[in-house]
Amino acid sequence: MLLRTTTLAAAALAALPLAVMPAAAQDSVKVGFISFLTGPAAGPFGIPGKNGAELMVKAINEGSVPAPYNTVGLGGRQIEPTYVDEAGGSAAVVTEYRNLVQRTDVDSVVGFISSGNCLAGAPVAEELKTFTILYDCGTPRIFEDNDFRYVFRVSGHATQDNVAAARYMIDTLGEIPSVAGVNQNYAWGQDSWRDFTLALQTLAPDMEVSRELFPKLFAGEYGAEISSVLSSRSPAVHTSLWGGDLESFTLQSVARGLTRSSTMLQVAGESAMFRLASQMPEGTMIGSRGTHGLMAPDTVLANWFRDSYVEMFGEMPTYPSYHMAQSIIALKYAWDKATEANGGEIPNDEQLADALRGATFEATSGTIEMALGNGHQGIADIAYGTFALVDGEPAVENVIVYPARCVNPPADMKSVEWLEAGMPGAEEHC
Amino acid sequence: MDMMTAQFILMDGLVYAAYLFIVAVGLSLIFGVMKILNVAHGGCYAFGAYAAATAIGLYAQTDLPIAGMFLALVVAALAVGALIGLVLERGVLRLFYDRDEVIIVLVTYAAFLILEDLLIVIWGTGSLLAYQPMLAAGNMFIGNMIISNYDLILIGAAVLIALLMWIVLTQSRVGRLLVAVIHDREMAAAMGINVATMFVVTFAVGAALGALGGALMAPKISVSLGIGVEVIVLAFAVVAVGGLGSIQGAIVGALMIGFARAFAVHLLPEVELFVIYGVMALVLAFRPHGLFVRPEARKI
Repeated sequence: MLLRTTTLAAAALAALPLAVMPAAAQDSVKVGFISFLTGPAAGPFGIPGKNGAELMVKAINEGSVPAPYNTVGLGGRQIEPTYVDEAGGSAAVVTEYRNLVQRTDVDSVVGFISSGNCLAGAPVAEELKTFTILYDCGTPRIFEDNDFRYVFRVSGHATQDNVAAARYMIDTLGEIPSVAGVNQNYAWGQDSWRDFTLALQTLAPDMEVSRELFPKLFAGEYGAEISSVLSSRSPAVHTSLWGGDLESFTLQSVARGLTRSSTMLQVAGESAMFRLASQMPEGTMIGSRGTHGLMAPDTVLANWFRDSYVEMFGEMPTYPSYHMAQSIIALKYAWDKATEANGGEIPNDEQLADALRGATFEATSGTIEMALGNGHQGIADIAYGTFALVDGEPAVENVIVYPARCVNPPADMKSVEWLEAGMPGAEEHC
Repeated sequence: MDMMTAQFILMDGLVYAAYLFIVAVGLSLIFGVMKILNVAHGGCYAFGAYAAATAIGLYAQTDLPIAGMFLALVVAALAVGALIGLVLERGVLRLFYDRDEVIIVLVTYAAFLILEDLLIVIWGTGSLLAYQPMLAAGNMFIGNMIISNYDLILIGAAVLIALLMWIVLTQSRVGRLLVAVIHDREMAAAMGINVATMFVVTFAVGAALGALGGALMAPKISVSLGIGVEVIVLAFAVVAVGGLGSIQGAIVGALMIGFARAFAVHLLPEVELFVIYGVMALVLAFRPHGLFVRPEARKI
């Protein structure tokens, strides 16, 4: 009898914290943010992304984001952020994700820059049934090869970046005889070049590909690649290099005179142009993986985000900051909507997913439609521009905004299928 | 293959070989004398690049002549590299000399990770640009080729370093003592050579050479986190081909890999990534100790 009483008492004591937890959790929503805080991707992507998160968390907790997001917190509850480093490879990232959900007990996760980490992390999010928004990775395969319930991505994928790049190159330079490509030898670089050249087969079938070069990720030295492109005499060079690789390649190209004979088309150029500034060759065609930064639309929300970022961090936000900001807007959209539908109580992950699936909402770079991947993948307009120095400051001119459906496949087609079929249905939206 | 492509391959091969030699020679020197596979070499390279970028950034704000920038670059790198070498050797490595070689490799790996974190503490996570020397050097036409003059400076620096190493190792007293230590550490100690001092000097010089490699590359690249990781892998490939501890091996290894890569980029770009390690695998298949190192009989 004594044993039974003791056991019951122990069980009651053990259950006590569990019983108390929901009440405590009601005051705040724990959100895990995963971004590169160390390593080569930290400077150009990870830290601007984390900065975007810090700004948005602070503003949402204060209720100072412009309408329609001017309510305090997520469903009225303060965000309690936990920041985790994405560095260390996919295995480490999966472990960190599990720790966030199972030990830190976060309610939702916003994370991942690397496509490899997105591919590794998304199935774990499904397994743990945790509402997760992928914020910056580009591979289209996430939602084309999987049917996720709890995982979303509001930022556009690599196909739209490179279809828009092909369109902009032709709109700007005309049908030039040939183009060369210098892209990193991993998923992002290979996918980018494939989508770009497939789009060209439809848009400019006579254009030749003179060089296809895939230097190693973080190669640093690009002398041989530059020589090869120089000897090809191509009028344009497509590159999806990013971060330090893009900066090194650009500087070495300038030193070798490549930028005098060929115009560069930089898919991720916006993330480097403020740092390179006067060293970025004028005339370089610049992408920002959406309508971000200097190519953002003139809306209250976009202007507020840019001005707040400059005030908080003393520099212009680049597209990773915008990708993070619009992902957090999506998080707030889902939490607010699901909380309201749940009578003010904390929604579960299924309710959060239902709230965001297929939604259309305004974010910091314009309107996002969750139109692909069964309502889990967002599409939005995308802009390209031409780099120029105006009064010594980096600027973009000749900006062309391509509507989302002009550069994205329809919901019932995979990207490569759509590109190989000649991008059916796109022209009517362009 | 047309004439222009052949010229480009020659030039690109030489430039890449110069880069490889500069980053690998310090690693090879340390292994030759101390039998330590110094993974922290990548950290020295990164510190050299950051120190040089900082020095160039500060120098660029002055009105001093542009030539002095090259001097600032070299001095900053050598000072930082030698300091790291001294601290690592005296503060850490000497405590592990009586331990297994594998343990020492792990210690240098730990040092490398610590150096990476120190970089963040000192310089933050952002990258540094130090392009001024490269752009100031300008470019020139050789035939139809546009060559960056800074690439010619890199080749010159590699030749100069190789010559200095050869002169010091073969013509000076210190060099002869080092060679004695390289051949037989115990016998050299028995003959009265202060091996401990030789170790300190060697490690400091090797680390300084690693830092110099980073400094010389700094004007060409975006100096950012992680640059040391890439370099250490390449440097290992070079010294594995030439033979660990052999300076002439580092020269030949750098030239072989440099030209193989240049050929690949121009003629068969699909195998660019493979070719570096393909050369290494091929050499090791026939010469497991590298081209210039003979297998040693194990001492009992």
